Amino acid sequence: MAGLSCYLVVGSPKPAYAMHIMEGFLPVGWAVFWWVVYLPFLFWGLRSLTHITRQHPETKLLLALAGAFTFVLSALKIPSVTGSCSHPTGTGLGAVLFGPAVMSVLGGLVLLFQASLLAHGGLTTLGANAMSMAVVGPFIAYGIYQLVMRSSGRQTLAIFLAAALADLITYVVTSLQLALAFPSATGGFFAAFTKFATIFAVTQIPLAVSEGLLTVLVWNWLQTYNREELQVLNLIKQELSA
Amino acid sequence: MSPKSQRWNNWILVVASVVLAIAPLFLVREAEFGGADGEAEAAIQEINPTYQPWFNPLVEPASGEIESLLFALQAGLGAGVIGYVTGLYRGSRERQASQHHPEVSQSRSEFKDH
Repeated sequence: MAGLSCYLVVGSPKPAYAMHIMEGFLPVGWAVFWWVVYLPFLFWGLRSLTHITRQHPETKLLLALAGAFTFVLSALKIPSVTGSCSHPTGTGLGAVLFGPAVMSVLGGLVLLFQASLLAHGGLTTLGANAMSMAVVGPFIAYGIYQLVMRSSGRQTLAIFLAAALADLITYVVTSLQLALAFPSATGGFFAAFTKFATIFAVTQIPLAVSEGLLTVLVWNWLQTYNREELQVLNLIKQELSA
Repeated sequence: MSPKSQRWNNWILVVASVVLAIAPLFLVREAEFGGADGEAEAAIQEINPTYQPWFNPLVEPASGEIESLLFALQAGLGAGVIGYVTGLYRGSRERQASQHHPEVSQSRSEFKDH
């Protein structure tokens, strides 16, 4: 945990913009479209969340931990090799612990906080931002984790890749959403995607690695102190997928 | 993994994360380190110069200072919860351990970092 606080000091925020699609920067049609796509995931997440807290109240603390992890990481604007700043997402941990649906709620809450108080991201673009950070990212994390666990059984590697790739994919999706809304007049969708991906995704690469490392750190800690809870969680995931 | 090597590994993870965050400041010295979404805004204007944002944030932080206050608050709240939860788990585990083996409670006096 000393690591997190150390990281907090180093990554203390600077007055600058970071990521997410800004308020009003998606045409109305696209803004509505992404909201409509996001809502079913949100309801699924709420159902999954109530199910988990009802059946296993002892996991509430771990849920708080997963939410807080996202809260902290997405507040840190970290410089990257491209000479701009962006922030990690912190969604991989919760997705691996509780299954991906839960993160649609936790990640959505973080985005709502930032959009309504910090003018960071936006309410009109919340659907799009939630799809990238709170839905696609966590689902990728969960998928990668299962894949690596089944093929190699190396848990640390699985956690690292899950968190890092979820972070990276979040920004690839953001680039995709912007390119769909703003195709370039000359090169169409692909030229625009390349442009946005250069801004977002390339900036994100070192941050994704950092996020992977930090998630492994928290995971190691959980392994040391929470073996019983983690076993309960495995049961939950079996229930949910059953 | 033995607790000792685990602790080493954790420190390596921390140091690596910090290095990754600081390195760009030395590698790209002339950069402004603005936000990626500010750049995206510029890219949108380039692709579609006539586009006007159709909605403005309801609340804008009054200044960069206020904004950084809110970000610090967000990080602080999250870190507080993490600290609370981890402390709670650690405490309950140590209580269990000392109930089973009273001699373990003495080892609490030597501070274990992880």
